Amino acid sequence: MTDIASRGYSNPDVLVSTDWVAEHLDDANVRIVESNEDQLLYPAGHIAGAVQVDWATDLNDQLRRDYLQREGFEELMSRNGITRDSTVVFYGDRNNWWATYAYWVFQLFGHSNSKVMDGGRQKWEQEGRDLVREVPSYEKTSYVAPDRSDAPIRAFREDVLGHLAEGGQLVDVRSPQEYSGERLHMPDFPNEGALRGGHIPTARNIPWARAANPEDGTFKTATELKDIYLNEQGLTPDDDTIAYCRIGERSSHTWFVLTHLLGFKNVRNYDGSWTEWGNLVNVPIEK
Amino acid sequence: MSEPQIPQALTELLEEFSFLDRNERIDFLIEYADQFENVPENIALRPYPEERRVKRCESQAYVWAEDNDNGTQKYYFAVENPQGISAKSFCAILDNTISDATLEEVLQISGDLVFDIYGREISMGKGEGLLGILTSVQAFARQASKQHQS
Repeated sequence: MTDIASRGYSNPDVLVSTDWVAEHLDDANVRIVESNEDQLLYPAGHIAGAVQVDWATDLNDQLRRDYLQREGFEELMSRNGITRDSTVVFYGDRNNWWATYAYWVFQLFGHSNSKVMDGGRQKWEQEGRDLVREVPSYEKTSYVAPDRSDAPIRAFREDVLGHLAEGGQLVDVRSPQEYSGERLHMPDFPNEGALRGGHIPTARNIPWARAANPEDGTFKTATELKDIYLNEQGLTPDDDTIAYCRIGERSSHTWFVLTHLLGFKNVRNYDGSWTEWGNLVNVPIEK
Repeated sequence: MSEPQIPQALTELLEEFSFLDRNERIDFLIEYADQFENVPENIALRPYPEERRVKRCESQAYVWAEDNDNGTQKYYFAVENPQGISAKSFCAILDNTISDATLEEVLQISGDLVFDIYGREISMGKGEGLLGILTSVQAFARQASKQHQS
Protein backbone atom coordinates (compact mmCIF):
# COMPACT_ATOMS: atom_id res chain seq x y z
CA MET A 1 0.00 0.00 0.00
CA THR A 2 1.41 3.36 -0.97
CA ASP A 3 1.56 6.25 1.38
CA ILE A 4 -1.28 8.01 -0.44
CA ALA A 5 -3.51 4.94 -0.31
CA SER A 6 -2.97 4.65 3.43
CA ARG A 7 -4.18 8.15 4.25
CA GLY A 8 -7.86 7.37 4.23
CA TYR A 9 -8.97 9.62 1.38
CA SER A 10 -12.36 9.09 -0.23
CA ASN A 11 -10.82 9.08 -3.68
CA PRO A 12 -7.11 8.31 -3.36
CA ASP A 13 -6.80 7.67 -7.10
CA VAL A 14 -6.92 11.40 -7.71
CA LEU A 15 -3.42 11.76 -6.26
CA VAL A 16 -0.17 10.33 -7.53
CA SER A 17 3.20 10.39 -5.83
CA THR A 18 6.41 11.89 -7.11
CA ASP A 19 7.67 8.30 -7.49
CA TRP A 20 4.72 7.50 -9.73
CA VAL A 21 5.41 10.53 -11.90
CA ALA A 22 9.11 9.66 -12.15
CA GLU A 23 8.13 6.18 -13.31
CA HIS A 24 5.74 7.53 -15.97
CA LEU A 25 7.90 10.22 -17.57
CA ASP A 26 7.96 8.27 -20.84
CA ASP A 27 4.37 7.08 -20.69
CA ALA A 28 2.74 8.40 -23.86
CA ASN A 29 -0.69 8.24 -22.27
CA VAL A 30 0.36 10.50 -19.40
CA ARG A 31 0.67 14.23 -19.87
CA ILE A 32 2.24 16.12 -17.02
CA VAL A 33 0.98 19.68 -16.66
CA GLU A 34 2.67 22.32 -14.54
CA SER A 35 0.56 25.22 -13.33
CA ASN A 36 2.11 27.88 -11.11
CA GLU A 37 1.52 31.18 -9.50
CA ASP A 38 5.05 32.25 -10.44
CA GLN A 39 5.29 32.51 -14.20
CA LEU A 40 9.06 32.14 -14.16
CA LEU A 41 9.15 28.73 -12.52
CA TYR A 42 8.25 26.52 -15.47
CA PRO A 43 10.66 28.11 -17.95
CA ALA A 44 13.39 28.07 -15.30
CA GLY A 45 13.04 24.31 -14.86
CA HIS A 46 10.27 21.72 -14.97
CA ILE A 47 9.73 17.98 -14.94
CA ALA A 48 10.97 16.51 -18.21
CA GLY A 49 8.16 16.34 -20.71
CA ALA A 50 5.81 18.55 -18.71
CA VAL A 51 3.82 21.24 -20.46
CA GLN A 52 2.69 24.46 -18.86
CA VAL A 53 -0.87 25.67 -18.43
CA ASP A 54 -0.93 29.28 -17.34
CA TRP A 55 -3.89 30.36 -15.26
CA ALA A 56 -3.98 33.88 -16.68
CA THR A 57 -3.27 33.31 -20.35
CA ASP A 58 -4.53 29.76 -20.94
CA LEU A 59 -7.48 29.23 -18.62
CA ASN A 60 -9.08 32.66 -18.47
CA ASP A 61 -11.10 34.22 -21.24
CA GLN A 62 -9.05 37.21 -22.30
CA LEU A 63 -12.04 39.55 -22.62
CA ARG A 64 -14.82 38.52 -20.26
CA ARG A 65 -14.33 37.50 -16.67
CA ASP A 66 -14.86 33.83 -17.36
CA TYR A 67 -13.01 30.68 -18.26
CA LEU A 68 -12.25 29.56 -21.74
CA GLN A 69 -15.03 28.05 -23.81
CA ARG A 70 -15.11 24.62 -25.41
CA GLU A 71 -13.22 25.69 -28.53
CA GLY A 72 -10.46 27.24 -26.47
CA PHE A 73 -10.18 24.18 -24.28
CA GLU A 74 -10.00 21.91 -27.31
CA GLU A 75 -7.25 24.05 -28.76
CA LEU A 76 -5.36 24.02 -25.45
CA MET A 77 -5.58 20.25 -25.29
CA SER A 78 -4.65 19.83 -28.94
CA ARG A 79 -1.51 21.92 -28.83
CA ASN A 80 -0.33 20.12 -25.71
CA GLY A 81 -0.82 16.72 -27.31
CA ILE A 82 -3.58 15.68 -24.93
CA THR A 83 -6.30 13.30 -26.01
CA ARG A 84 -9.59 12.60 -24.30
CA ASP A 85 -7.99 9.39 -22.98
CA SER A 86 -4.80 10.99 -21.67
CA THR A 87 -4.12 10.84 -17.98
CA VAL A 88 -3.36 14.44 -17.05
CA VAL A 89 -1.21 14.91 -13.97
CA PHE A 90 -1.09 18.43 -12.53
CA TYR A 91 1.60 19.82 -10.31
CA GLY A 92 2.81 23.27 -9.36
CA ASP A 93 4.10 25.69 -6.76
CA ARG A 94 2.54 26.78 -3.47
CA ASN A 95 1.16 23.41 -2.28
CA ASN A 96 -0.37 22.78 -5.69
CA TRP A 97 -2.56 25.82 -5.31
CA TRP A 98 -2.64 26.67 -9.03
CA ALA A 99 -2.43 23.03 -10.04
CA THR A 100 -5.74 22.33 -8.33
CA TYR A 101 -7.16 25.45 -9.97
CA ALA A 102 -6.21 24.08 -13.39
CA TYR A 103 -7.54 20.69 -12.33
CA TRP A 104 -10.88 22.29 -11.42
CA VAL A 105 -11.13 24.12 -14.75
CA PHE A 106 -10.40 20.86 -16.58
CA GLN A 107 -13.35 19.32 -14.75
CA LEU A 108 -15.63 21.97 -16.23
CA PHE A 109 -14.93 20.15 -19.49
CA GLY A 110 -15.21 16.71 -17.97
CA HIS A 111 -11.57 15.63 -18.29
CA SER A 112 -12.08 13.26 -15.38
CA ASN A 113 -8.91 11.31 -16.04
CA SER A 114 -6.97 13.94 -14.12
CA LYS A 115 -4.70 13.64 -11.12
CA VAL A 116 -2.55 15.83 -8.93
CA MET A 117 1.04 15.05 -7.96
CA ASP A 118 1.06 15.13 -4.18
CA GLY A 119 3.53 17.68 -2.86
CA GLY A 120 3.87 19.45 -6.20
CA ARG A 121 7.05 21.23 -7.17
CA GLN A 122 8.18 21.60 -3.60
CA LYS A 123 8.37 17.87 -2.93
CA TRP A 124 9.87 17.10 -6.34
CA GLU A 125 12.63 19.64 -5.73
CA GLN A 126 13.20 18.58 -2.14
CA GLU A 127 13.78 15.05 -3.34
CA GLY A 128 16.51 16.31 -5.63
CA ARG A 129 14.77 15.16 -8.77
CA ASP A 130 15.72 16.52 -12.16
CA LEU A 131 14.25 19.65 -13.67
CA VAL A 132 14.89 20.62 -17.28
CA ARG A 133 14.48 23.78 -19.31
CA GLU A 134 13.74 22.13 -22.62
CA VAL A 135 10.13 22.79 -23.59
CA PRO A 136 8.63 19.64 -25.12
CA SER A 137 6.75 19.62 -28.37
CA TYR A 138 3.93 17.17 -28.96
CA GLU A 139 2.03 16.30 -32.08
CA LYS A 140 -1.31 18.06 -32.15
CA THR A 141 -4.31 15.98 -31.27
CA SER A 142 -7.92 16.35 -32.26
CA TYR A 143 -9.51 16.72 -28.86
CA VAL A 144 -13.29 16.90 -28.82
CA ALA A 145 -14.62 18.38 -25.60
CA PRO A 146 -18.19 18.65 -24.44
CA ASP A 147 -19.62 22.08 -23.82
CA ARG A 148 -18.45 23.50 -20.55
CA SER A 149 -20.60 22.25 -17.70
CA ASP A 150 -20.50 24.76 -14.87
CA ALA A 151 -23.46 23.78 -12.74
CA PRO A 152 -22.10 20.74 -10.86
CA ILE A 153 -18.94 22.35 -9.49
CA ARG A 154 -19.20 26.09 -10.08
CA ALA A 155 -21.42 28.55 -8.25
CA PHE A 156 -22.52 31.96 -9.49
CA ARG A 157 -23.74 34.77 -7.27
CA GLU A 158 -27.42 33.81 -7.63
CA ASP A 159 -26.48 30.30 -6.58
CA VAL A 160 -24.74 31.69 -3.51
CA LEU A 161 -27.72 33.84 -2.61
CA GLY A 162 -30.02 30.82 -2.94
CA HIS A 163 -27.63 28.66 -0.98
CA LEU A 164 -27.45 31.27 1.74
CA ALA A 165 -31.23 31.50 1.93
CA GLU A 166 -31.41 27.74 2.40
CA GLY A 167 -28.82 27.80 5.17
CA GLY A 168 -26.20 25.99 3.08
CA GLN A 169 -22.68 25.72 4.38
CA LEU A 170 -20.08 28.16 3.09
CA VAL A 171 -16.32 28.07 3.42
CA ASP A 172 -14.25 31.23 3.14
CA VAL A 173 -10.70 30.05 2.50
CA ARG A 174 -9.01 33.46 2.67
CA SER A 175 -6.77 34.65 5.43
CA PRO A 176 -8.33 35.68 8.76
CA GLN A 177 -7.49 39.32 7.92
CA GLU A 178 -9.41 39.15 4.66
CA TYR A 179 -12.29 37.29 6.34
CA SER A 180 -12.61 39.92 9.04
CA GLY A 181 -12.49 42.75 6.52
CA GLU A 182 -9.35 44.17 8.07
CA ARG A 183 -7.62 43.72 4.76
CA LEU A 184 -9.29 44.40 1.42
CA HIS A 185 -6.66 44.39 -1.31
CA MET A 186 -3.54 46.20 -2.31
CA PRO A 187 -4.00 49.68 -3.75
CA ASP A 188 -1.81 48.67 -6.68
CA PHE A 189 -4.11 45.79 -7.56
CA PRO A 190 -7.45 47.47 -8.26
CA ASN A 191 -8.44 44.56 -10.52
CA GLU A 192 -8.60 42.35 -7.46
CA GLY A 193 -10.25 44.93 -5.27
CA ALA A 194 -13.53 45.12 -3.43
CA LEU A 195 -15.45 48.08 -2.11
CA ARG A 196 -16.53 46.29 1.05
CA GLY A 197 -14.62 44.02 3.39
CA GLY A 198 -15.82 41.09 5.42
CA HIS A 199 -17.32 37.75 4.50
CA ILE A 200 -20.53 36.11 3.39
CA PRO A 201 -22.70 35.54 6.46
CA THR A 202 -22.36 32.12 8.11
CA ALA A 203 -19.18 31.26 6.16
CA ARG A 204 -16.56 29.42 8.15
CA ASN A 205 -13.05 30.73 7.78
CA ILE A 206 -10.71 27.87 6.94
CA PRO A 207 -7.61 29.19 5.15
CA TRP A 208 -6.90 26.93 2.21
CA ALA A 209 -3.29 26.09 3.07
CA ARG A 210 -4.31 24.39 6.31
CA ALA A 211 -4.98 21.32 4.16
CA ALA A 212 -1.30 20.97 3.26
CA ASN A 213 1.80 20.00 5.18
CA PRO A 214 4.07 23.04 4.97
CA GLU A 215 7.26 20.99 5.16
CA ASP A 216 6.73 19.18 1.85
CA GLY A 217 3.51 20.52 0.32
CA THR A 218 1.69 17.17 0.55
CA PHE A 219 -1.93 16.93 1.59
CA LYS A 220 -2.70 16.13 5.19
CA THR A 221 -4.22 12.75 5.98
CA ALA A 222 -7.98 12.28 5.97
CA THR A 223 -7.96 12.11 9.75
CA GLU A 224 -6.13 15.41 10.00
CA LEU A 225 -8.41 17.01 7.42
CA LYS A 226 -11.53 15.76 9.20
CA ASP A 227 -10.21 17.28 12.39
CA ILE A 228 -10.09 20.67 10.67
CA TYR A 229 -13.15 20.69 8.42
CA LEU A 230 -15.54 18.49 10.36
CA ASN A 231 -14.60 18.42 14.04
CA GLU A 232 -13.20 21.93 14.41
CA GLN A 233 -15.38 23.80 11.90
CA GLY A 234 -18.47 21.64 11.93
CA LEU A 235 -18.90 21.07 8.22
CA THR A 236 -21.07 18.15 7.17
CA PRO A 237 -20.00 16.09 4.14
CA ASP A 238 -23.59 15.33 3.12
CA ASP A 239 -24.63 18.99 3.01
CA ASP A 240 -24.14 21.15 -0.06
CA THR A 241 -21.05 23.33 0.24
CA ILE A 242 -19.81 26.43 -1.54
CA ALA A 243 -16.20 27.56 -1.17
CA TYR A 244 -14.87 30.98 -2.11
CA CYS A 245 -11.82 33.20 -1.76
CA ARG A 246 -10.92 36.38 -3.66
CA ILE A 247 -10.96 35.26 -7.30
CA GLY A 248 -11.65 31.54 -6.99
CA GLU A 249 -8.19 30.02 -7.15
CA ARG A 250 -7.51 29.30 -3.48
CA SER A 251 -11.03 27.94 -3.11
CA SER A 252 -10.42 25.47 -5.95
CA HIS A 253 -7.78 23.91 -3.68
CA THR A 254 -10.36 23.54 -0.92
CA TRP A 255 -12.89 22.28 -3.46
CA PHE A 256 -10.39 19.55 -4.37
CA VAL A 257 -9.81 18.64 -0.72
CA LEU A 258 -13.48 18.50 0.22
CA THR A 259 -14.58 16.71 -2.94
CA HIS A 260 -11.86 14.16 -3.44
CA LEU A 261 -10.05 13.73 -0.18
CA LEU A 262 -12.97 14.00 2.22
CA GLY A 263 -15.77 12.85 -0.10
CA PHE A 264 -18.15 15.77 0.38
CA LYS A 265 -21.21 15.10 -1.75
CA ASN A 266 -21.73 18.43 -3.48
CA VAL A 267 -19.09 21.13 -3.42
CA ARG A 268 -19.08 24.13 -5.71
CA ASN A 269 -16.43 26.78 -6.17
CA TYR A 270 -17.74 30.36 -6.25
CA ASP A 271 -15.04 31.84 -8.47
CA GLY A 272 -16.66 35.27 -8.46
CA SER A 273 -15.63 35.19 -4.82
CA TRP A 274 -14.92 38.32 -2.84
CA THR A 275 -14.00 40.45 -5.85
CA GLU A 276 -17.61 40.02 -6.92
CA TRP A 277 -19.43 39.73 -3.59
CA GLY A 278 -17.56 42.64 -2.01
CA ASN A 279 -18.60 44.86 -4.92
CA LEU A 280 -22.24 43.79 -5.22
CA VAL A 281 -24.97 46.19 -4.18
CA ASN A 282 -27.21 45.15 -1.33
CA VAL A 283 -25.95 41.68 -0.58
CA PRO A 284 -25.48 40.57 3.03
CA ILE A 285 -22.02 40.88 4.54
CA GLU A 286 -20.68 40.06 7.96
CA LYS A 287 -17.55 41.37 9.57
CA MET B 1 17.05 72.42 -10.94
CA SER B 2 15.68 69.33 -12.69
CA GLU B 3 13.21 66.96 -11.04
CA PRO B 4 14.76 63.84 -9.55
CA GLN B 5 14.49 60.81 -11.82
CA ILE B 6 14.62 57.11 -11.19
CA PRO B 7 18.11 55.57 -11.46
CA GLN B 8 19.50 55.74 -15.00
CA ALA B 9 20.38 52.04 -15.07
CA LEU B 10 16.78 51.20 -14.22
CA THR B 11 15.47 53.48 -16.95
CA GLU B 12 17.72 51.73 -19.44
CA LEU B 13 16.58 48.32 -18.29
CA LEU B 14 12.91 49.30 -18.64
CA GLU B 15 13.58 50.61 -22.13
CA GLU B 16 15.19 47.32 -23.02
CA PHE B 17 12.20 45.47 -21.56
CA SER B 18 9.78 47.46 -23.65
CA PHE B 19 11.13 45.84 -26.80
CA LEU B 20 10.77 42.27 -25.53
CA ASP B 21 7.81 39.98 -26.05
CA ARG B 22 6.48 37.91 -23.15
CA ASN B 23 8.72 34.89 -23.72
CA GLU B 24 11.83 37.02 -24.21
CA ARG B 25 10.99 38.89 -21.05
CA ILE B 26 10.66 35.66 -19.10
CA ASP B 27 14.04 34.43 -20.43
CA PHE B 28 15.57 37.75 -19.45
CA LEU B 29 14.18 37.50 -15.93
CA ILE B 30 15.41 33.96 -15.53
CA GLU B 31 18.89 35.13 -16.49
CA TYR B 32 18.67 37.66 -13.69
CA ALA B 33 17.45 35.01 -11.27
CA ASP B 34 20.40 32.82 -12.25
CA GLN B 35 22.74 35.70 -11.39
CA PHE B 36 21.20 36.28 -7.99
CA GLU B 37 23.50 35.85 -5.01
CA ASN B 38 22.35 35.80 -1.43
CA VAL B 39 23.65 38.44 0.98
CA PRO B 40 27.37 37.83 1.71
CA GLU B 41 28.31 36.45 5.10
CA ASN B 42 30.17 39.59 6.09
CA ILE B 43 26.80 41.40 6.00
CA ALA B 44 24.50 38.77 7.51
CA LEU B 45 24.49 35.16 8.64
CA ARG B 46 21.62 32.71 8.90
CA PRO B 47 19.24 32.72 10.60
CA TYR B 48 18.52 36.14 9.19
CA PRO B 49 16.91 38.59 11.60
CA GLU B 50 13.15 38.94 11.40
CA GLU B 51 13.38 42.73 11.16
CA ARG B 52 15.08 42.34 7.78
CA ARG B 53 12.36 40.08 6.43
CA VAL B 54 10.06 41.52 3.78
CA LYS B 55 6.50 41.52 5.02
CA ARG B 56 4.01 39.44 3.05
CA CYS B 57 6.66 38.08 0.71
CA GLU B 58 5.99 34.38 0.28
CA SER B 59 9.50 33.84 -1.02
CA GLN B 60 10.97 34.72 2.38
CA ALA B 61 12.98 37.66 1.07
CA TYR B 62 15.27 39.76 3.26
CA VAL B 63 16.81 43.16 2.56
CA TRP B 64 19.87 44.95 3.96
CA ALA B 65 21.47 48.28 3.11
CA GLU B 66 25.00 49.46 3.62
CA ASP B 67 25.87 53.14 3.46
CA ASN B 68 28.49 54.14 0.93
CA ASP B 69 30.92 57.00 1.58
CA ASN B 70 29.34 59.09 -1.19
CA GLY B 71 25.91 59.12 0.43
CA THR B 72 24.45 56.33 -1.68
CA GLN B 73 23.61 52.82 -0.49
CA LYS B 74 24.49 49.29 -1.51
CA TYR B 75 21.57 46.89 -1.11
CA TYR B 76 21.81 43.20 -0.28
CA PHE B 77 19.14 40.56 -0.52
CA ALA B 78 18.37 37.01 0.53
CA VAL B 79 15.61 34.79 -0.83
CA GLU B 80 15.18 31.69 1.28
CA ASN B 81 12.39 29.95 -0.63
CA PRO B 82 14.03 27.87 -3.41
CA GLN B 83 10.94 28.45 -5.54
CA GLY B 84 11.15 32.21 -5.14
CA ILE B 85 12.49 32.75 -8.61
CA SER B 86 10.60 35.95 -9.33
CA ALA B 87 11.84 37.37 -6.05
CA LYS B 88 15.39 36.39 -6.97
CA SER B 89 15.13 38.02 -10.37
CA PHE B 90 13.66 41.19 -8.87
CA CYS B 91 16.37 41.40 -6.21
CA ALA B 92 19.06 40.89 -8.85
CA ILE B 93 17.53 43.65 -10.98
CA LEU B 94 17.40 46.03 -8.04
CA ASP B 95 20.96 45.22 -7.06
CA ASN B 96 22.17 45.82 -10.63
CA THR B 97 20.24 49.00 -11.22
CA ILE B 98 19.76 50.91 -7.99
CA SER B 99 22.66 50.06 -5.72
CA ASP B 100 24.86 53.16 -5.79
CA ALA B 101 22.08 55.36 -7.18
CA THR B 102 21.30 58.51 -5.20
CA LEU B 103 18.76 58.12 -2.41
CA GLU B 104 16.46 60.59 -4.16
CA GLU B 105 16.51 58.46 -7.28
CA VAL B 106 15.74 55.31 -5.31
CA LEU B 107 12.80 57.05 -3.65
CA GLN B 108 11.42 58.11 -7.03
CA ILE B 109 10.78 54.53 -8.11
CA SER B 110 7.07 53.81 -8.35
CA GLY B 111 5.39 50.53 -7.43
CA ASP B 112 4.44 50.28 -11.10
CA LEU B 113 7.94 48.93 -11.57
CA VAL B 114 6.65 45.48 -10.66
CA PHE B 115 4.02 45.61 -13.39
CA ASP B 116 6.45 47.10 -15.90
CA ILE B 117 8.76 44.16 -15.36
CA TYR B 118 6.42 41.25 -14.66
CA GLY B 119 3.30 42.33 -16.52
CA ARG B 120 -0.20 43.10 -15.31
CA GLU B 121 -1.08 39.41 -15.17
CA ILE B 122 1.11 38.84 -12.13
CA SER B 123 -0.92 37.46 -9.24
CA MET B 124 -1.72 39.79 -6.38
CA GLY B 125 0.14 37.65 -3.88
CA LYS B 126 3.26 37.57 -6.00
CA GLY B 127 3.06 41.26 -6.81
CA GLU B 128 2.55 42.09 -3.17
CA GLY B 129 5.77 40.30 -2.24
CA LEU B 130 7.78 42.03 -4.96
CA LEU B 131 6.38 45.41 -4.01
CA GLY B 132 7.35 44.61 -0.44
CA ILE B 133 10.96 44.15 -1.51
CA LEU B 134 10.97 47.55 -3.21
CA THR B 135 9.26 49.12 -0.21
CA SER B 136 11.91 47.67 2.12
CA VAL B 137 14.69 49.09 -0.03
CA GLN B 138 13.02 52.48 -0.08
CA ALA B 139 12.57 52.39 3.68
CA PHE B 140 16.36 52.15 4.01
CA ALA B 141 16.81 54.97 1.51
CA ARG B 142 14.26 57.14 3.32
CA GLN B 143 15.90 56.56 6.67
CA ALA B 144 19.34 57.42 5.29
CA SER B 145 17.98 60.49 3.55
CA LYS B 146 16.51 61.77 6.82
CA GLN B 147 19.80 61.20 8.59
CA HIS B 148 21.61 63.18 5.90
CA GLN B 149 19.19 66.07 6.32
CA SER B 150 19.46 66.19 10.11
